[in-house]
Amino acid sequence: MTDVRTRWRNFRHGVSQRWDRLPKASRIGIVLVFVVFLYALPNKGFYEYLGLPLGEYIPLYTTRNDMATVLFQCGYYILLALGLNIVVGYAGLLDLGFFGFFAVGAYTVATLTSPQSKIFTEYNWLESPWPWLAALPLAIALSFAAGVILGFPVLRLRGDYLAIVTLGFAEMIRIVAQQNDWIFNGDRGIPNIGRPPGSNANGSPIFQFDAKPYYWLILTVIIGMVFLIRNLVRSRVGRAWIAIREDEDAAELMGVPTYKFKIWAFAMGAGIGGFSGALWAGQIGFVNASTFKLEQSILVLAAVLLGGAGNIFGAILGGFLVIYVPEWLRSVGDVFGLPEQVRIGGEPYDISATNLRYLFFGIILIVVMIFRPQGLWPNRRRAAELKDREKEAMVGA
Amino acid sequence: MQFNDLINGFPVLTVTGLTQGAIYALIALGYTLVYGVLRLINFAHSDVFMIGTFGAIWTWSAFGFDANSPRPSLGEALGLIALAIVVAALLCGLFAMLVEITAYRPLRARNAPPLAFLITAIGASFVLSEGMGAFTNRRQFGVPAMLPTDPVVSLGGWSLTPLQISTLAVAVIAMVALDWFVQRTRFGRGIRAVAQDSNTAALMGVNKNRVILLVFLIGGLMAGVAAVMSDMKAASTRFNVGFLIGLKAFAAAVLGGIGNLRGAALGGILLGLVENYGSAVFGTNFRDFIGFLVLILLLMFRPTGLLGESLGRARA
Repeated sequence: MTDVRTRWRNFRHGVSQRWDRLPKASRIGIVLVFVVFLYALPNKGFYEYLGLPLGEYIPLYTTRNDMATVLFQCGYYILLALGLNIVVGYAGLLDLGFFGFFAVGAYTVATLTSPQSKIFTEYNWLESPWPWLAALPLAIALSFAAGVILGFPVLRLRGDYLAIVTLGFAEMIRIVAQQNDWIFNGDRGIPNIGRPPGSNANGSPIFQFDAKPYYWLILTVIIGMVFLIRNLVRSRVGRAWIAIREDEDAAELMGVPTYKFKIWAFAMGAGIGGFSGALWAGQIGFVNASTFKLEQSILVLAAVLLGGAGNIFGAILGGFLVIYVPEWLRSVGDVFGLPEQVRIGGEPYDISATNLRYLFFGIILIVVMIFRPQGLWPNRRRAAELKDREKEAMVGA
Repeated sequence: MQFNDLINGFPVLTVTGLTQGAIYALIALGYTLVYGVLRLINFAHSDVFMIGTFGAIWTWSAFGFDANSPRPSLGEALGLIALAIVVAALLCGLFAMLVEITAYRPLRARNAPPLAFLITAIGASFVLSEGMGAFTNRRQFGVPAMLPTDPVVSLGGWSLTPLQISTLAVAVIAMVALDWFVQRTRFGRGIRAVAQDSNTAALMGVNKNRVILLVFLIGGLMAGVAAVMSDMKAASTRFNVGFLIGLKAFAAAVLGGIGNLRGAALGGILLGLVENYGSAVFGTNFRDFIGFLVLILLLMFRPTGLLGESLGRARA
């Protein structure tokens, strides 16, 4: 066991050293090849060209859901995780209601672009539905504004009090959305949401029911967002966030206007969350109140912390895993031909991987955190700090 | 808005609010105890409560009572309820301790950062609720009728059903017992010592891990008591029943000042009452909205809850 762990550590160390020693051009080249690979990922044919001898099932392919759809879902979760990573990972503010901003983005797009929205059918506030692309900036702006408005009162609170207040806020948004007679039409929801623009050479729209174009769109957005966030956290703003995370009082004493930068972090995160919601609404075409359950906020937080708070690539890894692992577990039963049911005392019990996937996911969360409490792919500086912490003598433990 | 409903229904609303609040308070005690000692939001606590609701149903079905069976006589019913409380409390205590041993203790041994605990808490919550979901086929289970539903005491507009009386009585007994345990016994002194400064307490010879295990056990016991009462009130249970009620209980704990036992009791009762009054005025759809709104407004003005956080400093 220890031997395996040391060898793994040496291997990892070797890889990272070799990576650092590569000339910059080769590093960019490798990243580009990887990006091309990501764009090719949803094409099943791609695997066949590679000549993988896997027959009908490719062990990493999902069988219960189209791979492109799963990848798109991973994509909007990655975007959410990137947004929350700013709030939790960089600024160190525990936000349990992040999905509320996703809801703001999704509902803005839905109400403005759907012809069935009550804005047009009952209230007559507008002449005709907006195109998706016109609603998108407004969706981002409104979620950004929601972040500022919420941030103003609540960011004076710290730690766990902040957690419960943000959680309450997300629940309140959901309850308002649930009212049937209000603009959001409750659980009956808003159908026929506008889709992103663009058409193929033969005139058919690109963004239809096939999930692949959406995946490519969201992948592009994520790549852009990675550059944006990377530059932001290396700027004065990012340094202020990290100072706040490490020690808020010390940061304040050193002249960092902590309150202002905390609101910035909150609003930036919220804006990205709203962006994700707008993209999601454009793909799914239907929004109702029961989508925005609190479990989703918790899952996004799990994504950030599982991947490694404070690192962009950690957040991406986490966002990918929290959707992909449960989805893949659904396919495991198909691939290995596991039984779907057992009978105990005459009553059938569903033991398919579909039914048990969140049970396994919970176990995975616990095990990963016990062995890697800093997350799977943490920020280097933070990982070093945590290592020091582990060495500290624990009294009575 | 219907203020008339509030004024006309005031007695009924108060009584039902108190009953609901007592259930919140009992669960909130579990959150607040663990928070006071470990500075950790134990997300899995709501699912420990859920297991208790099933424990009660299994106890009753072992005696041949299911959702359709006729109501037993009063003496029998009281005996069955007492038995269910014992079983559910022990079951919850057991599962709460299991959560601590499997999900939190290994992290403490490694001195993990606080957010890592949050993730294992979420993981443990998934495991408990989804495990129970698979085990019960995600079915809804009806609760056998136990106590007569006619009010026994009525005075003016005020009336109390046997269920309300027993819920309030059981909650008060449990809370007084807990307060006595924490304030007066040797174990309680250990809990307060660890809450105040765990390392110093360990140096003074307090077995820290045993105290933490004890705290989880007590929180579980309280959740088990609440589970039986909540079963009889809601008349059915399901594998995901813990989520919303646990959320409310957590809000109640924060409302009173998390880490403070009397605060949790006060916060629970207050949340139950405010929700009930609010839902009379704004409609039942807004019940949860009002609860959170009050919480947020209160935290604006008293950022550490009504009574402040102080398990350790509690009149040591």
